[in-house]
Amino acid sequence: MIAEAGLALLWIAAALSLLQLILAWAGLRSGGEALLKLVRPVAVGQGLAVGLAFTALIWLFLRTDLSVQLVAANSHSMKPWLYKFAGAWGNHEGSMLLWVTVLAVAGGAVALFERRLRQDTLTATLAAQAAIGLGFYAFLLFASNPFTRLSPVPIEGNGLNPLLQDPGLAFHPPTLYFGYVGISIAFSFAVGALVTRDVGPAFARAMRPWVLIAWIFLTLGITAGSYWAYYELGWGGWWFWDPVENASLMPWLAATALLHSVTVLATRAGLRAWTIMLAVVAFSMSMIGTFLVRSGILTSVHAFAVDPLRGSFILALLGFYIGGALLLFALRVRHVKEGATFELVSREAALVANNLLLSVILALVFIGTLYPLVTQAFGHEISVGPPWFNGVAGPIALVLVAIMAIGPMLRWRGDRLGALAGRIAVPALLVAVALLAVAVFVPAIRLLPALGLAIAPAIAVASLAPLWGRNLRRTPLFIWGMVIAHLGIAVSLAGMAAESAFTTETLVAARPGQTVRAGPFSVRFQGIAPLAGPNWTAIEASLEARRGGTAYALRPQARLFSSPPTPTSEAAIQTVWDGQLYVAIGEADAQGRWQLRLWWKPLVTWIWLGGAMIALGGLLALIGRVRRERRARPEEALA
Amino acid sequence: MKAKNQRLILLLLALGAVLGAVILGMSAMRDQASFFYAPGDVATKGRPAPDRAVRIGGMVKQGSINRHGDGVTIDFLVGDQTPHTIRVFYTGLTPDLFRENSGVIAEGRFRADGAFVASEILAKHDENYMPPELTRRGIHKTESLE
Repeated sequence: MIAEAGLALLWIAAALSLLQLILAWAGLRSGGEALLKLVRPVAVGQGLAVGLAFTALIWLFLRTDLSVQLVAANSHSMKPWLYKFAGAWGNHEGSMLLWVTVLAVAGGAVALFERRLRQDTLTATLAAQAAIGLGFYAFLLFASNPFTRLSPVPIEGNGLNPLLQDPGLAFHPPTLYFGYVGISIAFSFAVGALVTRDVGPAFARAMRPWVLIAWIFLTLGITAGSYWAYYELGWGGWWFWDPVENASLMPWLAATALLHSVTVLATRAGLRAWTIMLAVVAFSMSMIGTFLVRSGILTSVHAFAVDPLRGSFILALLGFYIGGALLLFALRVRHVKEGATFELVSREAALVANNLLLSVILALVFIGTLYPLVTQAFGHEISVGPPWFNGVAGPIALVLVAIMAIGPMLRWRGDRLGALAGRIAVPALLVAVALLAVAVFVPAIRLLPALGLAIAPAIAVASLAPLWGRNLRRTPLFIWGMVIAHLGIAVSLAGMAAESAFTTETLVAARPGQTVRAGPFSVRFQGIAPLAGPNWTAIEASLEARRGGTAYALRPQARLFSSPPTPTSEAAIQTVWDGQLYVAIGEADAQGRWQLRLWWKPLVTWIWLGGAMIALGGLLALIGRVRRERRARPEEALA
Repeated sequence: MKAKNQRLILLLLALGAVLGAVILGMSAMRDQASFFYAPGDVATKGRPAPDRAVRIGGMVKQGSINRHGDGVTIDFLVGDQTPHTIRVFYTGLTPDLFRENSGVIAEGRFRADGAFVASEILAKHDENYMPPELTRRGIHKTESLE
């Protein structure tokens, strides 16, 4: 019954989204208050219905109801409960249901909490959100139904891909989707504002918290995904420029640009058309990403077996929505007023530069990711890898972070170049010193990591500059947010540069009792022992790593999962204050030697620490903005 | 400056920056994109220059995996629907789902003698996953007899 109820709820949600679209349309045309008043509760109802449908799917997975095809194909009664729970979205249909759930819940949240937007704009926004929903409900109901029954009922399920049986599955996809799909709100706001010609500072202030929320989740999702791939895949990389990774990076780049341009719109009424365009682009990138991931059209290290027909459905959907939004933009852009002007040296100019550079990086990542599809059409199969991406995007990213450091020091409208020179003297000196230090102590270093190491400390110092001379306790929370997010970029950059410059790798075939060297550690391979888990057996190596007087125990495993029968390797990672020691175990040879791969990765943890700081900065900015609005509103009511 | 003019300048700047970056990026792509070769392609199109990074792919031939004395190097044959094969050398831990009679994609360079030195063997997440390069060539997962 639960499966049927879930399916019924999905149909109800689809019907409600159609109703939402019709009500909003009719209400906007006639201006009838009664119709407009109904749109909010319908949107909330839609969010509830699909939320319940998703809960039904989780329930089916928790109970391992094998009469449901999706459960039988992807779950197993012997699986730990966490993976039964998270396994609900560890497959195509479930993850698409999660996608739609986030879409509808985000729409419901806007209907519940958004009070600043003009009513007609809000109605048009909810209409756009409903229109997106409709297409994806159709995709779920006609091409990816998660609730299909199976007959005869199998005795046991196929189990979940062991690589997914990790706490990362419980955290990474939902967070990423909240960001990925949450950015649809920005898209719908943009469409709404174009429809009602309401592009202005008040609109920007209303949109900003929603963009921030999505951006925080997206940042967390990417950071978590990077760390998950790093420890789970067992080859110690944290970013591969893989199509699936780029699919999440592209919306982030667009959302980051949007976050900054919306501030210009809110504060100085500038960058109007541009902000609208970015909001459209950001969600377009999410949809393109969904297509790339779900169609399996590009070779990816993170890809799972997929059905190519579904790709065409998503492609048609995204073509329709992106095309529609761009058409609306083209028709309405002449009604969008120009913003206030600014000078070449000003906060606005720095933010424009930020937007331009982010757009350029986005364009490069986009062509690098999709170029193989184009050449395929002409019969050439190529792949574009890290050397290209690092080569073209790396230098631009460094210029971008340099501008990020300078921007907050500039005044709005216009500033004097002389005053700026005084403010950046200390960071500039730091860059020179660091560059000299890098050149002297590590002359063999490659250019990009060298530049990264050289500018990271200066960026860190410069990002603290907005706090200079302020009473720290009275500094608004959103300033703290900016400072911490920018500091996070510096921390992340330092981690990336240090990891790429100083990682050492040791690959050996060792006998028990042998000692090998890995960076500053001497690692003794003590032995091998068998081990059994809830649904796997493993061979576990025990190693003792020593540096100075301290010893650390490491236990990498080679696991064999029973259902489906799949080998996986579980790396052992020892985190110390200045980096991580990473050990993976391979196969044994006829002479009783075991393959061991050891990495010493200095400061690698800073990469994700920085990511977490960026998200935290976003959270502080969000709280600060919402609080200020709260405080401001009673005064507005009085005035 | 008038608002209209400033907007025009910004627009041109944006277009110029993105277009310039794309053109530069595309020209860099000519040197850095790696082409894909299946064993049959090497026979028909010729072998790429030894300094060129490429990807090769196909099925790992049954019984072709040799383990070398150092304990960390292997070599194996990659075949496809054609009678041609490529011998691949690799030093490192093989991915978990690397095995005989299974699809594989490797990144690296050809040696002058025609053997391929892989710098990396691409891992996959899913036993049933087949990279599209291979399925397009009619290489599918072979049914195992277990």
